[in-house]
Parts: sequence; structure tokens; C-alpha cells
Amino acid sequence: MSIKIEHISKSFEDVTALKDISFEVNEGELFGLIGPDGAGKTTLFRILTTLLIADNGSATVAGYDAVNNYKDIRNHVGYMPGRFSLYQDLTVEENLEFFATIFGTTIEENYDLIKDIYVQIEPFKKRRAGKLSGGMKQKLALSCALIHKPKVLFLDEPTTGVDPVSRKEFWEMLKRLQQKGITILVSTPYMDEAALCDRIALIQDGKILEIDTPQEIVKHYPKKIYDIKADKMYELILSLNTYEHNHSVYPFGEFVHYTDQRDDFNPTELIQFLEDKGLENISIQPTEVTIEDTFMELAR
Amino acid sequence: MSMKIIGYIIQKEFKQIFRNKAMLPLIFVLPLIQLIILSNAATFEVKNIKFSYIDHDKTSFSRALIDKFDASTYFNVTTDFSSSKMANAAMLKGEVDVVLEIPQYFERNLLKEKKTDLSITINAIDGAAAGVENVYINQIVQSFNKKALVTLIQPSDLKNRQKNILSIPSFWYNKTLNYKTFMVPGILVLLVTMITLFLSGMNIVREKEIGTLEQMNVTPIKKHQFIIGKLFPFWVIGLMLLTIGLIIARIIFNVPMVGNIFLMYFYTSVYILVILGMGLFISNFTDTQQQAMFIAWFFVVIFILMSGLFTPIESMPKWAQFLTEFNPIKFYVEVMRMVMLKGSNLTDILPQFGKTLLYAVVMNGLAVWSYKKVS
Repeated sequence: MSIKIEHISKSFEDVTALKDISFEVNEGELFGLIGPDGAGKTTLFRILTTLLIADNGSATVAGYDAVNNYKDIRNHVGYMPGRFSLYQDLTVEENLEFFATIFGTTIEENYDLIKDIYVQIEPFKKRRAGKLSGGMKQKLALSCALIHKPKVLFLDEPTTGVDPVSRKEFWEMLKRLQQKGITILVSTPYMDEAALCDRIALIQDGKILEIDTPQEIVKHYPKKIYDIKADKMYELILSLNTYEHNHSVYPFGEFVHYTDQRDDFNPTELIQFLEDKGLENISIQPTEVTIEDTFMELAR
Repeated sequence: MSMKIIGYIIQKEFKQIFRNKAMLPLIFVLPLIQLIILSNAATFEVKNIKFSYIDHDKTSFSRALIDKFDASTYFNVTTDFSSSKMANAAMLKGEVDVVLEIPQYFERNLLKEKKTDLSITINAIDGAAAGVENVYINQIVQSFNKKALVTLIQPSDLKNRQKNILSIPSFWYNKTLNYKTFMVPGILVLLVTMITLFLSGMNIVREKEIGTLEQMNVTPIKKHQFIIGKLFPFWVIGLMLLTIGLIIARIIFNVPMVGNIFLMYFYTSVYILVILGMGLFISNFTDTQQQAMFIAWFFVVIFILMSGLFTPIESMPKWAQFLTEFNPIKFYVEVMRMVMLKGSNLTDILPQFGKTLLYAVVMNGLAVWSYKKVS
């Protein structure tokens, strides 16, 4: 077991950030913590990386207790905070060298681990970190978090504010790191990224809603989902919300994801209802359940 | 291993300091400009006093008195007023600082009764200046008085003549009572203190602000490695400032350096530890550079005003005098003046040195104790 969390709770003055959280992450697993802003993801990361002490419960990382053996944890984990937090006035190379030195190692020693990532920013190694683009900053931060060959890697919203291409590249890098035997705990508010994890935990308001593989989580969805489309999106949502049999109505890209309360839902009846409301070019199609749908359903 | 990490952090800090193009001139150039300007400007001498008079007497005696003021380098005799009403109006407007009113029958009373009155009005908006002006005026009037007596004395009075005690002051260690000699070591102290306190106070807070402190805290780096690595560069900068300041003091102000230069460096190197400890302590309890700056200012202003640099400690109330015993700047000012001007040796400055050393130990102990890697 690479990470073991048992009944962790944490409050800040009048806000409860985490309520009785328990889960485990297997060795070599790519585990996603999925939830909106303010769900408690960062607080959990800070507890696991020994920056914060939980009010209740216990956690072990790489076999070390987060409170009693925090020094060992610091030697064996890599942490990439959500905010870029390297020295902006040092160059790419200097930053990497600095973190290598602090961990008592050298760039050469673990070069093969970061090679994939670092080669992409190596042409700019004399550039100051503050002058890098968002995607390059993120690659540098990941390189710095990996330079001491950690057993467990904590990535707190690594793709927030990063362009779609860099995001995709980043997840490919994570997959490759996973193959090298590093356990990865990653948090993200993006539901589409959840599907790339081995297992995910859906978290909201400091509580775990569900933990499973992305495939299983989707299967647990109790309803059949329909993509509904019409000319006027906003009025479509308003109209659907007034429909007496609706179970849930969420905008989803160019469609509205709709579920009905009844098991024997008949689309033609709904089309009629919408046409009466003055909507045109209505289409209703059954669709695949996504993790976002599951999350929305659980968070209701 | 440990030394290597400390060495690397120091290297990193210096890189960052020297890369900060805006900060570098602030650290080295501004303080020196301050040293040059303040040392020339901050004197306790009051000069160019705007002097006016109302002469109701208009005799040779009254004119002789006014001439004495005219001859003084401190007074600029500007106007004579015909009435005290006009003089008051001018004082209100700030056109004159001192009004001397010579009464009618000034000469006659002096000759006949051997005594007379003079009325002097001093603008005391600036109390310190008014006090000094009062002393100057008294000196001039007294010297006039003496001369007048000689003129007035009749041979028969000779045996009754009062004996004058003449005091000849001798100002040791600063023979000409040159204010620059006195101020330069003090202002140098201020600069070394302010720069090192502000820089060290803001430095760790800055890492908090940009988030790098959190990144550092998850590394296995030890508390002492981080703190020593971060503060050492400012210790060096403090000593560099002292060096440049001493050179300026010698070359521009020609301040005597009677004492041992190495003793000054030795004392300063311990003193800076006090200031760095304070800086670290401040940064432990603040979240932004702005907060750190405000707190640092708060302490610096109190320490400076109670250091004896601008106002003598002897003239402070008892409780304030007691408080100055906890003021490291006070000891530093004392030591610098003692060593530079008087040539004091280690034994002479031992009381100040002991207190400073104790202060350094306590301050750094508190700072290290309050610095936490876990929040």
C-alpha cells in the first residue's frame, strides 16, 4: 500500500475542510482526486506531504507515518503544488540543480527519470523560470519534483490553467512515470482527465462521494442519459426545468444532458412539450454516461 | 553534506540578490546617499536665526547691544519694528524667530540703577531650536553686560566688583565639537541596521508570498541549513555596508578613526546577528512583505529615537531610560563612537558587547524556535 488514509478530518476555524476521509492508493497506481474548487483536495495533499497536521485520523505515505516519520516522507515524495512555486529569478537549470542539491543528489544521477520531460525544456535551460510559458513552467516543476527519484508523486491540480495540448502531453508523461513504478496521486477539477486515471475518488465538501475505477463509476449511474439539442439553448434549459418528469438537467457542451424520473421515458412526449414551448429543431438522443454526470448525480 | 547544502543556498541567495536589478542600488547606493546627506544635515546647531528688535531707547547702549547680535554668526538681523504689535504680526507669519524689545530708559536705568530689563520673544514652534536660541541670546546679553559693567564701574566701586568665574570648556575626543564627527558613526549604525533588518525581514516572507517556502518545506532540508543559508548573505551585506560607510566617513567627512578597525568589525559582526534574528522573527509572524515592512519600521523608529542618536538618553524620563537598556542600536551607537573617536578597546566595550551577544543568542533562539516547517 503506497498511501493509506484512515479517518482523516481537518477543520480551519469555522470551516470543515475534510470530514472522515479514508482510502488507499496501491503501489504504482495513478490515482485521481476529482472534485470542484474548495472540495478539500489541497488540504488533503498538504496533510499527506507533511505540511499540515490532521485533527483526527492517520495517514501513511510510502510506509511512513505522516506525523511521526515526516522526515522520511519528505525524502521520498515529490510534491508539485497547484501554484507554480519555483524560483522565478533563477534559470531552468539552476532551479533543477538547486532541488537536486537539497535532496542530496545530482541531475546526472536521476537524469533518466526526468529525461523525457526535461529534454523538452532543455533548449531553454539558461532562461529564467519566470520567463517560461505555462506549459514549460509545469514541465520544469515536474522535473524538480522528480529529481530525487521519489516513490510517491503528489500533483495538486497540475493542469489547471494549461492549454489543452500541454494537458494531453502532461497526462502522457504521467503514464510513462507510472510505468517506472512511481505511485502518483493527482488532483484535478477536470472530469475528462479522470478517465485517464487507474482509480478515482470523487470528492466534494470534504467528503468522498465514491471511489472506483472510472469505468465502474460510470456503470453505477442509475439513469439513462439523453443529449437534447434545440435552437435556443437557454430557453431549452428553462423549459426542461419546468417539465414535471425531469430528474436532472445539465448543460453539457452543445447539448443538455437530461434524465427522466420515469423508467419508461418516451422522447416523443418531451419533444411535443418543447415544441409547445416554442422551441425548434429539437433532437433527443441516448448518450454515454460520463464521470461528470456521475459526479453531478452524486453531488445532488 | 550539510555544509554543501548551506553553501548552495547561500550561492542561490546571492544570485537572486544580484539579479534583482531594482534592489541592488537600493541596498548599496541609497544608504550611502543617506549617509552623506544626513551627516551634513543632521546637526544640532541652529544658524541663520531671523532676529528682529524694537528699540524704544535709541541710545548708544541699545545700539551697541544690537550690534553684538549683528556681529554674531548665528543671527541675521533682519528688521527693526516700531511697535511690538508689528513684531508679533511678523512672528505669526514666521518672518522672524526672535524679537528683542529694548525698553525706554534702557541706558539711563543701566547707568543709574545698574539694572534693567530686556524682553525677548522666541518662536518656540520648534522647541529644541528655541532652547538653543535662548542659550545663544543669553550668552550675547551676558557678554554685553560684562562690557557694560566695565564701562559703568566707578573707581570707588572697584573693591565691590564681583568676581567672575571664567570657564574654558575643553571638548575631549571631538575638540572642535564638530557635529559630523559625532553624527557619522551614528548614522552609519542606522544604515547598517535598517538595510539588514528590512532585507532579512522581507526575504523569507517573500518566499512565503511566491509559494517557494512551501516547496522548500516538503524537502528534507534542515531548519538550520535553510536559516543559515538565507541569512548569511545579509550578514555579508551588512559588513560590506559598514566597509563602504567607514571609507566615506574617512574620506568625505574626515572622521577620526582612533580605535581598532577590527574591533568595530568584530562587534558589528555580532550586532548584525541580533538584527538578522529580529528579521527572521518578524518574517515568521507575517504573511506578506508589506506586513513585514510595517513591523520592521515600527521597531526601527522606536529603536532609533531611543538610541541616543538624535536625543540624549540622559534627558529622557526614567522609564524611557530603562527601556533603552533593551535597545541594541543604543549599544551599537555607543560602541562605534567609543571605538572610532576615543579608541576604546575590547575591555572598554565589554558591557555593551556582552549585552549584544546575549541579545543575539536570545533573538536567534526565538526566531529559530518560532520558525516552523509545518503549519
